[in-house]
Amino acid sequence: MNTQTILQARDLDLFYGENQALKAINMEIPQRRITALIGPSGCGKSTFLRTINRMNDLIPGVSVRGQLTYRGEDIYSPEIDVTWLRKKIGMVFQKANPFPMSIYDNIAYGPRIHGVRKKAELDRIVEESLRGAALWDEVKDRLKKSALGLSGGQQQRMCIARALAVQPDVLLMDESTSALDPGSTMRIEELMSQLKERYTVVIVTHNMQQAVRVSDHCAFFLLGELVEYGPTQQLFSQPKDKRTEDYITGRFG
Amino acid sequence: MESETKRKGTLKEMIELLMRVIFTACGFIAIAFVLLITVYLIISGLPAIREIGLVDFLFGTRWASTDKTNPAYGILPFILTSIYGTAGAILIGVPIGFMAAVFLSKVAPPKAAAVIRPAVDLLAGIPSVVYGLVGMMVLVPWLKDIFDLKAGDSLLAAILVLAVMILPSIISVSETALKAVPKEYEEASLALGATPLETYFKVSVHAARSGIAASVVLGVGRAIGEAMAILMVAGNSPNMPGLLRSVKFLTTAIASEMSYSSVGSLQRNALYSIGLVLFLFIMFINVMLNLFLKKDKE
Repeated sequence: MNTQTILQARDLDLFYGENQALKAINMEIPQRRITALIGPSGCGKSTFLRTINRMNDLIPGVSVRGQLTYRGEDIYSPEIDVTWLRKKIGMVFQKANPFPMSIYDNIAYGPRIHGVRKKAELDRIVEESLRGAALWDEVKDRLKKSALGLSGGQQQRMCIARALAVQPDVLLMDESTSALDPGSTMRIEELMSQLKERYTVVIVTHNMQQAVRVSDHCAFFLLGELVEYGPTQQLFSQPKDKRTEDYITGRFG
Repeated sequence: MESETKRKGTLKEMIELLMRVIFTACGFIAIAFVLLITVYLIISGLPAIREIGLVDFLFGTRWASTDKTNPAYGILPFILTSIYGTAGAILIGVPIGFMAAVFLSKVAPPKAAAVIRPAVDLLAGIPSVVYGLVGMMVLVPWLKDIFDLKAGDSLLAAILVLAVMILPSIISVSETALKAVPKEYEEASLALGATPLETYFKVSVHAARSGIAASVVLGVGRAIGEAMAILMVAGNSPNMPGLLRSVKFLTTAIASEMSYSSVGSLQRNALYSIGLVLFLFIMFINVMLNLFLKKDKE
């Protein structure tokens, strides 16, 4: 059984200006597993997710202290190439955000950015990625049509396919099913379980049932602290911390 | 009591009705002027065309309206000058304006944008005669020296002045379109490992393309309709266009001759006909603009 650590946070602090949003996070995320980050709104779970691919860099006034490593490389080292990092660590957002282009061009966008020019190669990547996101059969006849014509659930799976097209190693999903109906949510959860055979998946979710259904490990955040982290079954059946217990039994949040 | 409230009600209703009539009337006044101008231009522009002949008028290369013995009224030099002048201004102004819009909307630090944006707005507010004046005092002598001409008044001078004049509309319309691009698109692109510049040019510009196209059409409209500034720098000889030649535009042909043409003369009527041609150009451009804007909304 391979439970190699792929992402590791050591005493990770994050500040928005004066405001401390993450407090001394220590966490090891295992490879090819689904790790769920849960907690009430504003607890820092999304912030933590976005530190992993440095999307927080876009917000002015953010500073990070401590260490966060991906396969031993310090993510916040000045030498790191952020575009390389984001290619390796893909992200799917809360709201499906297809580009206003054709489905094909959406999927091919990443590979093209990273230098793939040959049509045959792009065709192959597009098909493979769409198959990987369980969308190929639904869209194979309309690849040249606008991605905005897809349903919400299809759009989100297309965004997953788009993220897969640059051959990432880790996939971050920021409440990626929260805007979807139960049917579409179920399909994406099934997809997550398939994805973990090849990728490390980290999800943020408000939906505790979802965390129980799909995740192998679960981390409970509260007020910027990592309160409890462990195997999902254990965290939900025998929480060690009173605050975790209160949250998962619905006493707050 | 009841009758009082009732009376108040009727008063309100009457004011309401009155205002509605006023608004409607104002709306119709605007339409009426457009119709009036159209009808007037057609009525006053057609006689000269009929007398000269449509083909001779539009495609004649010689304009000699004051020649007593052998007058000619061919406006091809003006049409071509207007087209070349506009194309030149677009060729120079659009890349600069477009880049400036990308810079302002995406790259510029807030402090820099806070200085540049009002400057651009100010540029839009400068009267065209001032552009002409600066062109005349600075640009024209400068061109004269550089190209060793007898006079610097030329198509090139007009193109340069027009290029600056269309900048504000191109910048502000493009910037608005670029700013309206949802942040989610840009995030998605960055998260795929694209650099910020790749993101702006491949995603943001792509998403804002019809707004940017609209800004170009707007620039074309402004350039083709401008008279005062280019009157002062173009030299105003009815030559076929050449970059360093003294030329006359459709607009400047009207503006320069209207004052000394006598009422009812063929010269004056031909000026009206030029007005009609210019009007058709502008109409065409406006239709294009509306098409782009409509597409942008969709």
